[in-house]
Amino acid sequence: MMKMSELSYSVSGTDILRDISVEIPARGMTALIGPNGAGKSTLLHLMSRQMEPMSGQVVIDGQDLATITAQARALKLAVVAQHLNIASRIRIRDLVGFGRWPHARNRPTAEDRAWVTDAMTHFDLIALQDRFLDEVSGGQRQRAFIAMAYAQDTEWLLLDEPLNNLDLHHARSLMARLRDMADHQGKSIVIVLHDLNYAISWADHVVALRAGRVAFEGPVQAMATGENLSNLYQTPVAMDHVDGRPFARYHR
Amino acid sequence: MPDKRLIWVGVALLLAMALFLFWGLRGKVWFIMELRATKLAALLCVGIAIGTATVLFQTLSHNRIMTPSIMGFDALFLLLQTGLVFALGSVGYAQLPAFGGFVLEAAVMVAAAVALFGWLLKRTRQDLQLMILVGIIIGLMFRALTSFAQRLMDPSEFTMVQGAMFAQFSGVDDGALLASAVVLLGILAWLWPRHAVLDVMALGRAQARGLGVAYDWLQFQILCTIAALVSVSTALVGPLTFLGLLVASLAHSLMRTHRHSLLLPAAALIAALVLVAGQTLFDRVLQLQSTLSVVIEFGGGMLFLVLLARGHIR
Repeated sequence: MMKMSELSYSVSGTDILRDISVEIPARGMTALIGPNGAGKSTLLHLMSRQMEPMSGQVVIDGQDLATITAQARALKLAVVAQHLNIASRIRIRDLVGFGRWPHARNRPTAEDRAWVTDAMTHFDLIALQDRFLDEVSGGQRQRAFIAMAYAQDTEWLLLDEPLNNLDLHHARSLMARLRDMADHQGKSIVIVLHDLNYAISWADHVVALRAGRVAFEGPVQAMATGENLSNLYQTPVAMDHVDGRPFARYHR
Repeated sequence: MPDKRLIWVGVALLLAMALFLFWGLRGKVWFIMELRATKLAALLCVGIAIGTATVLFQTLSHNRIMTPSIMGFDALFLLLQTGLVFALGSVGYAQLPAFGGFVLEAAVMVAAAVALFGWLLKRTRQDLQLMILVGIIIGLMFRALTSFAQRLMDPSEFTMVQGAMFAQFSGVDDGALLASAVVLLGILAWLWPRHAVLDVMALGRAQARGLGVAYDWLQFQILCTIAALVSVSTALVGPLTFLGLLVASLAHSLMRTHRHSLLLPAAALIAALVLVAGQTLFDRVLQLQSTLSVVIEFGGGMLFLVLLARGHIR
């Protein structure tokens, strides 16, 4: 379980997040939703300690994230950022291989190599493994970074808008893969999503942010109501059911 | 088993060194050999320092057209030197022991560079373009301050400083050379075990931190290292703006890899090769004096323009 208490973050006097206290259940998928500028990415960065909060703390399984080493943190949680740019000339296989750094440093064992191959298989990268990162498309690059986080084999996996560059096929298979990891490998996944329908049809749990505060949070089934979502986005959202699953209509 | 391409560069370097030492050796053989060996050692030190410093700086800045001198590292060194002459006077400066004086200069340089560029990196981390521009402007400011201080000096002090202003491969001081070699070896010994973590740092700050690398602390240490390496080469021969760019670029296109275990030695060896081979050519074949730096700067400068014109650097 990840417990955040009274997290606050501000940039030159402007509050980005204020008094965020949320518990995110382990072994499941939690979607972070909210309008632009609500603080979703910032919250994700605070969870992974890419940024340090002005006050408050993040505790995973009883351990305060601020008190453990960067190394220990990298064994506990992996992050896939939103903007993925790398200046050095690097092949897909080598990038995914860096996911094993926290485990193996620069001495990968046979087991580490197996992990890398496994990760590339899962994310449809085997055919691309010898290509340079700057020679593949944005979506392929994104998948390479997700595969790298997968190879890191951490209990927690945090993803910031991973569907951004992905086509229908890869977006859906990524969500299915994450779902499978949550259900069968006991992973805890936190994912920032803009597409409401992906959020409500794949996630178990939802945390909605608005203007730096928690608007609502809880199980998707209970919380993803038309009224809640309409208030959250200040836009009419109607909830339907298609094939027994919730479906949000908001595009027109 | 070292990489085949590295071996070829190494062999080429050994050949160039042999040519430099033995070609056209006549008259007082031992006297000439001693002169040449000193010069050769200086060339090697400078090449290794510049090649290594540039690759490190490009890794930290995640940018392949950066060199420490674009950011004004060597301008800072010249300012410090001018400041020393200005403060001590030409007599006081000349009385500084070569070895101790060099170590002192290098230490001041490292401290100043870390304070300045550490701050700069922190302030502009989000915006690389801004960092480059600020670096260039600060470099200009250093140069302006240097020439201002030189206006205020008396002529004898000025001649003292003038020697340091332009890259010169002849007349290297033995004490400074020894000190440089010691500093250089220390740095390389410190750096080598860190080649793999440099690969991770090249992924960028966020990625590297996500993988458990203490990025900011390492970055601070490597900035110190770069400042010391630039001190070594600037103290020995003076400022070389584009050599680093030239060799880092050659190293990247020869090795085609992200791995620093290959990039660092390649850049160091290529830089040494360019300097030794070029100096041999100029001294023995063309019988010219102290124009090598001009040609290297010309070649490197052209390359810089080509890289800029192509728009993207791999």
